[in-house]
Amino acid sequence: MEHLSFEFDGGPNAPKSGKPYSVAGVVSSSNLEVLAQPKDLGGKVRFEVNTTVAHFEDAWRAVFADFVERSQPRDVLFSINDFAAIPPVVSLRLDQAWEALA
Amino acid sequence: MSSPDKVARRKEKLDRVAKVFGPSKVIPAERTVEFLELILSPGDRVVHEGDNQKQGDFLAEKLAQVDPKKVNGLKLAVSCIGLPEHLDLFENGIAEVVDFAYAGPQGGRLAELVGNGTVKIGAVHTYVELYARYFAELRPDVACLVAIDADAEGNLYTGSNTEETPALVEATAFGGGIVVVQANKLTDNLRRVDIPGEWVDFVIESPKPFHLEALFTKDPALLDETRILMAMMAMKAIYQKYLPKVLNHGVGFNTAAIELLLPTYGEELGLKGKACTHWALNPHPTMIPAIESGFVEAIACIGGEVGMEDYVASKPDIFPLGRDGSLRSNRFYGQMAGHFADMFVGATLQIDPFGNSSTVTADRLAGFGGAPNFGAENRARRHLSEAFLRAGAEAHAGEYMPQGRKLVVQMVETFQGANNPTFVERLEAWDAMKTAGFAVPPVMIYGDDVSHIVTEEGVANLLLCRTMEEREQAVRGVAGFTPVGLKRDHAMVANLRDRGIIQRAEDLGIRKSDVSRDRLAARNIHDLVRWSGGLYNPPSRFRNW
Repeated sequence: MEHLSFEFDGGPNAPKSGKPYSVAGVVSSSNLEVLAQPKDLGGKVRFEVNTTVAHFEDAWRAVFADFVERSQPRDVLFSINDFAAIPPVVSLRLDQAWEALA
Repeated sequence: MSSPDKVARRKEKLDRVAKVFGPSKVIPAERTVEFLELILSPGDRVVHEGDNQKQGDFLAEKLAQVDPKKVNGLKLAVSCIGLPEHLDLFENGIAEVVDFAYAGPQGGRLAELVGNGTVKIGAVHTYVELYARYFAELRPDVACLVAIDADAEGNLYTGSNTEETPALVEATAFGGGIVVVQANKLTDNLRRVDIPGEWVDFVIESPKPFHLEALFTKDPALLDETRILMAMMAMKAIYQKYLPKVLNHGVGFNTAAIELLLPTYGEELGLKGKACTHWALNPHPTMIPAIESGFVEAIACIGGEVGMEDYVASKPDIFPLGRDGSLRSNRFYGQMAGHFADMFVGATLQIDPFGNSSTVTADRLAGFGGAPNFGAENRARRHLSEAFLRAGAEAHAGEYMPQGRKLVVQMVETFQGANNPTFVERLEAWDAMKTAGFAVPPVMIYGDDVSHIVTEEGVANLLLCRTMEEREQAVRGVAGFTPVGLKRDHAMVANLRDRGIIQRAEDLGIRKSDVSRDRLAARNIHDLVRWSGGLYNPPSRFRNW
């Protein structure tokens, strides 16, 4: 199990739904679960990843950077348990978790 | 017309058989090898019937057992190199050259045998192209064909899986060749005659039924949300926009998702009656909910599908049924129906930045099958339809001569698996070209012919691209996190998105939280059985209840 942590400058969109958290996906073969929580990060966005597959730090960074640019969130912590999901599945789950919280 | 030599050779062979076996058309199965050695001369062109569904496995097995001292240098022609015996013929020194369309299951071994010089490839074809050549320069000397039932006069019942038999039998029987058929059963009571006995020289009752692959059965349980997302984007950006009435779907899971979304999301989009009414398609089990929901008026069947017989027989208005009530498929005609359709939606293993696609990889010579005929702009089409004109208006805007355009959609996930991107800078077809000694790379669908590419990242409309540079960025712009996608020019992709050439889910008003398996009209095989009123009878390997 590899643990990775990433932080990005956020955009203008703070979570507005009032929900304490949202979850998307399930950890099973070739999938992952994303837990999104509002958290005061001084305008930043943080991603904490537990993954079964090592050596993909650049790919994670690219997927998160794309997500942050697309959705412009701020003050959110995304905790991710990954079971070898491919990048498009990661993108889809991040979008789903964020849509439920935003 | 046959050459006098060929007519004389045929007569000489038939005399030889008559001398040994007597006048009957029926040859005992246990003497098949001896019989084949009498009708085969060195260098003969032998057409073996076998496509991606049915395979004449008994005759293939016996053919591989003939004595290479008596029979050698054969030119094998087969639609699908699907059996190990097809390649055993080469290792045993019986055959030299193969002409084919598809080599799915044997693609890896074929690449190896071509690499070491054991197999020479005449050409890789499309199905229709290969059939057409049987009537011209690839006339068969002997055809080894497949039937369900035969009678002693050689009349054949080929039924649901008639597929390519009519094309092969006609090219051979009227081309001076000899027609040999393996039948599951010899009977005096054929339920109908699909092939008249006058065209058939010999029949052999095979010890067991011929192999039939349930190729078009896709389990809805395996459809994940990325496929549903892609299907929803395709339906909104393409199906709802162009309203294609006549279409073909490929064999993959992406189009299975669309089929299962027609009764739900398709209904919401107002597609019913306006699009997807006529199909060139095998009887896909995943079409049952759409048929039951009234989306479908007629389906031209390229082949049959295992387990769909009773359901198909209950829909005489939709499927081509004989007077006896069973399906008659026809691969040649079905392929042509798809060739002249409004739209093709399929998938591939690799796409390059210009939209060229191939299923050939460095270590697998998979071939093309029917995809290039279904998935090519049809320069011979003259009849008009709404979809054809709408696509043509985009593709030929501003040109002197107004024209229509076929929709050719490639629907692919950006990755085939972890670390195996679908989008590549250079197709492995270039490597296969070298290995196999081809003059050009074996491309399945050329980028020029593709109208749209759909991935998890969005839809690229290549009809609206005016330069190669725009097309390249449109492809990169939906190539996701593959190396090809990461090399995009962000400013150009943003521009293409502003112009609607690239559309993301959010541009189409699709929320990711709406992407759910709950939208599928059937979520597993059992649901399909229920939709069919119990008439669909899935093969046992698809039953888990």
